[in-house]
Amino acid sequence: MIPYRRILRKLGLFLLTLPVLAFIFFPILWLFTASLSTQVELFAIPPHWLPQHPTFQNYLDIFFPSQAASTVPRTFAIALLNSIKIASAVTLICILIGSLAAYALVRIPFRFNRAIQIGILGSRMIPEVSLILPLFIVASTLQLINKPIVLIIAYMSFALPYAIWMMAAFFQTVPVELEDAARIDGCNRLGILRWIVMPVAVPGLISTAMFTFLLAWDEFFYALIFTSTLAAKTAPVAIAEFIGRYAVNITGMMAGGVLAALPPVILGLIFQRYVVSGMTAGAVKG
Amino acid sequence: MAASTSPLRKRHLSLRQQDARIAWMLVLPSLVVILGVTLWPILYTFALSFYHAPTGINQVRTFVGFGNYLTVIRDRTFWETIGRTMYFTVVSVGLELMLGLGIAQLIHSKPWGWRFLRLSLIIPWAVPTIVNGAMWRWIYSADFGALNGLLMQLGLIKHYVPWLSLPNAAMNLIILADVWHMMPFVALILQSALATLPEELEEAAAVDGANALQRFWSIRLPMLRPAILIALIVRTVDAFRVFDIAYIITNGGPAFRTVTITYLTYFNAFAYGKQGIGAALSFLISVFSITMAVIFIRFLYRPEETQ
Repeated sequence: MIPYRRILRKLGLFLLTLPVLAFIFFPILWLFTASLSTQVELFAIPPHWLPQHPTFQNYLDIFFPSQAASTVPRTFAIALLNSIKIASAVTLICILIGSLAAYALVRIPFRFNRAIQIGILGSRMIPEVSLILPLFIVASTLQLINKPIVLIIAYMSFALPYAIWMMAAFFQTVPVELEDAARIDGCNRLGILRWIVMPVAVPGLISTAMFTFLLAWDEFFYALIFTSTLAAKTAPVAIAEFIGRYAVNITGMMAGGVLAALPPVILGLIFQRYVVSGMTAGAVKG
Repeated sequence: MAASTSPLRKRHLSLRQQDARIAWMLVLPSLVVILGVTLWPILYTFALSFYHAPTGINQVRTFVGFGNYLTVIRDRTFWETIGRTMYFTVVSVGLELMLGLGIAQLIHSKPWGWRFLRLSLIIPWAVPTIVNGAMWRWIYSADFGALNGLLMQLGLIKHYVPWLSLPNAAMNLIILADVWHMMPFVALILQSALATLPEELEEAAAVDGANALQRFWSIRLPMLRPAILIALIVRTVDAFRVFDIAYIITNGGPAFRTVTITYLTYFNAFAYGKQGIGAALSFLISVFSITMAVIFIRFLYRPEETQ
């Protein structure tokens, strides 16, 4: 009787996973279908759930934008490149200067250490909208609007506190004994950070880099306000610009959406192991 | 007295001071950046909220004291917007927590394909907010959308429905899109917490005759508390400042029915050219966000509970 009941239970649980999987994959399927369709097929009623004449033309137009292609693919090609540049720069700066700060805050007792920690946690609670006006006023005075540098600087407001907080959580797990041994051997603080802590915390650094990149890649509000020309416009802004216009090349836009979603999705799937540990480390853990 | 300071102690002290100096060197670059892009702007915003400040570089600002705040709280739109934002926050975070907990439980009981399910959850979470919004806007499309197509083929509707133009549906449809995007975050956090729980307690309770529901309610749920709180804090603070997804799916429509508090601030500061009002609003959002976080941390979050 027991194995029979166990199989029934397994089957019941398995059947429960099906609606969850359907909920997850149905929207994605629709997005993919649209990106592989021709404009004509997309407007079919009832909709074609799988394209009958699938085409990669929408993607080809973005990767090899010819003058003949419409503005959508040409804009996307540049916007995706801008996104890559900006998110990479933000990630690099955050890891470089953030890891130094995170180490000092975790391991070296000094005046105001606690105060700085609380300040960093607090600054993560401040919404972007409360910082945008002064940043916008300064950026327009210095004529930095529509330059990638203004986004890189603005993104520091959320990315840097986040990265420091996350790396601090990871550095905390490095055994102090390792450092003490190195100190006795005459290694100084910077040497310890470089040769002892960093190598042990590599998974944490990867996780932090991934999350910082994802945050910067996902950002929309600053990008919407600071960029409008092709010089700095990011992928989310390009999507937002096109979505309201029905005359626009929708299949091309959906292909752009898929391309904008691919880097974070691939990163998330590859570094699956780090996603969950990063989620909790990045949370309000004190 | 001076004699009691042994050479050893003196050396120790100087090492500490040396350490402190190094610490400041390490912290300084980050500190300067953070002060420059968060502390200074928030103070500026606070100051700006006391001025009548029309957009434009040559516009004159005049001091109005609490005038902007009074204008804001006397405006019915403000309270309606707060109400809508609260509705969005409570319903979406509530759904995400319930669904997330359910799915975490499901994965924890290891049905066939649970690894695949766990991996799949990463996809919606990783899809950028704007792509998610564009995707759902397209699903809800009145003329060619998947939702209309699906309901029609199932025979549930006779004509295509302009979903996003229905005043009472729009906000709920945005919530559905947000749940798709963020429920995996909650599910993954809770699932990893479930995996670390000791099983002895529940086994002992089962021996003592506690049924599954009792075991869940009085043993598993209390042990999950820290993880649930992490999810709750992160999601609530995030949901309250929602903007992107409403901007992309409905542009605030129909008839302002999906304008959230951040959206209202955006309108004032960048569309209506009322920077003073925008500053006052955004400062109120900050105060609310920080208060909410502090309340959560103080009253719900006990440090000793987190490992």
